[in-house]
Amino acid sequence: MNELLGHFNYWIVIFLMMMGLYMVIASSNLIKKLIGLSVFQASVFILYITFGKITKGSPPIITDNVDVYSNPLPHVLILTAIVVGVATTSVGLALIVRIKEAYGSTDEDDIHDMDDNDDFHIKNDRSIT
Amino acid sequence: MIIEILSDMCLLFGGIFTLTGAIGLLRLPNFFTRLHAASVTESLAAPLLIVGIILDTGFTLDSAKLVLIIIIMVVANPTITHALCRAAAHGGVNPDMDTKNNEISQSKTETEISAKELK
Amino acid sequence: MIENLHLIIDVCLLAFLVLIAFAAMKVTNLFVATMLFGIFSFVTALLFLDLDAVDVAFTEAAVGAGFSTVLMLAALRLSGAVENAKHRHSALGLFIVVLTGAALIYGTSDFPIMGDANAPVQLHLAPEFIALTQEKIDIPNVVTAVLASFRGYDTFGETVVIFSAGVAVLLLLGMGHVEPKNEPEQSTVLWVVVKPFIALILIFGLYVQFHGDFGAGGGFQAGVIFASGIILYSLVFGEGYARKVVPSKILPRLAALGVLIYGVTGLASLLSDKPFLDYNALSSNPIAGQHMGIILVEAGVGLAVFSTVLLIFYSFSGVNHNE
Repeated sequence: MNELLGHFNYWIVIFLMMMGLYMVIASSNLIKKLIGLSVFQASVFILYITFGKITKGSPPIITDNVDVYSNPLPHVLILTAIVVGVATTSVGLALIVRIKEAYGSTDEDDIHDMDDNDDFHIKNDRSIT
Repeated sequence: MIIEILSDMCLLFGGIFTLTGAIGLLRLPNFFTRLHAASVTESLAAPLLIVGIILDTGFTLDSAKLVLIIIIMVVANPTITHALCRAAAHGGVNPDMDTKNNEISQSKTETEISAKELK
Repeated sequence: MIENLHLIIDVCLLAFLVLIAFAAMKVTNLFVATMLFGIFSFVTALLFLDLDAVDVAFTEAAVGAGFSTVLMLAALRLSGAVENAKHRHSALGLFIVVLTGAALIYGTSDFPIMGDANAPVQLHLAPEFIALTQEKIDIPNVVTAVLASFRGYDTFGETVVIFSAGVAVLLLLGMGHVEPKNEPEQSTVLWVVVKPFIALILIFGLYVQFHGDFGAGGGFQAGVIFASGIILYSLVFGEGYARKVVPSKILPRLAALGVLIYGVTGLASLLSDKPFLDYNALSSNPIAGQHMGIILVEAGVGLAVFSTVLLIFYSFSGVNHNE
């Protein structure tokens, strides 16, 4: 029972990871793919933070009357990872907006069809001003 | 002793109102009625829960911060409900209580609704 | 007893996460999927709080549940298709996913039990860092000390990554030009309530920036919160007026300035014959030098994150689209 509860976090994390991966592989809509990628990322964060937790520990902020602190190193790593994750998501969403402008659709199958038939033109010419 | 009982009662009622808000969210037929039920959770249950925690922690810096949070919550949450309602009315959600058809009807615009009311 | 409570909350929150992810996979309405994604980020933040990661919970709530959801809604509005997501089943995908999942679950059989204080990961660097923070840097928040001082190189790289994301979005979308509407949308309740709120949010952002040494907080969270205040203003009063308050031309320069502050702090210690980003060189007393270095570096990070987040929001809202 202790083994089961002790490893419960890891199994749920792997389940979430696989759901995110399936969303990336099997969705045909680009925004759904990005959501799946974010689910995947979040599950990896939960995995790392689970590694850092110590039973009867407290948050790693030094106060009196506390002897056991949870491990601060995964926290630092995941702080960086969250910010990098949102940076990637925003660039991905900007790409989706531009794809929509160029192809007129955010569906992967339609985009592949248009590419195969050489059926697109840049509808909107943009410059950086 | 009294403070402990009061704190437990506040936490209990906060939980009960959250539950009623959730049941209302699931069971009521129309968007606006569901919003009405959900606003109970954010305007009554959340401050009650925090009052329960304040009574439990006593008179420290943490409870002063919690009082600040309650003030912000009591001001912000009804505003959020109002903003949701406004957005729904602008987007054309049908306010008629039609229990057979629960779908949001996007076909009506605000001008159509007000035109219908004028008739 | 308290530990059992932690475990119960942990199990419940993880069950919620699984349900939410499953629902996000199944729905075809993209608006619903985006909202579920926002709720997913929020429940993840709650889970981090339960696992004693207060800084991470703060960042996830501000960034994931706040800014990421707003961005996705903006992209959804710009890409137009809200209800057209086709439902596609992929048997090969399912097979690959099940196979990978089974392999990974087999791999977790060697993992330590959650919360084990004698696991190898808890024994090497963590006690050293906690002791070194008390001895050499003397600030209560160990995560800020490790982030800004012990692992300062990684944080520098992260700031540059955020800056590059801002540059990439600028290259793709540009910031556009939005004129203030002469008759902004009338909404008395929102106007009256939001005005003092924006002031509160900006003050809270500054509080989080400078309080990051003593409690949860720091440059990243503060930058996102500060930008959220301006985003709230632009959502309620109109994009044009927000661009008068914070002009779009100033934002790339502010972002570059943030990265520059970080780099110059590191260079200052190079000029004193010490390694790059060694804050001991910034003052005669090493501990005071560390404090000064951490404040400067966090200020640079906060500035860079604020300007990049606002820049990305301006880019999305400045796209001209045909409805």
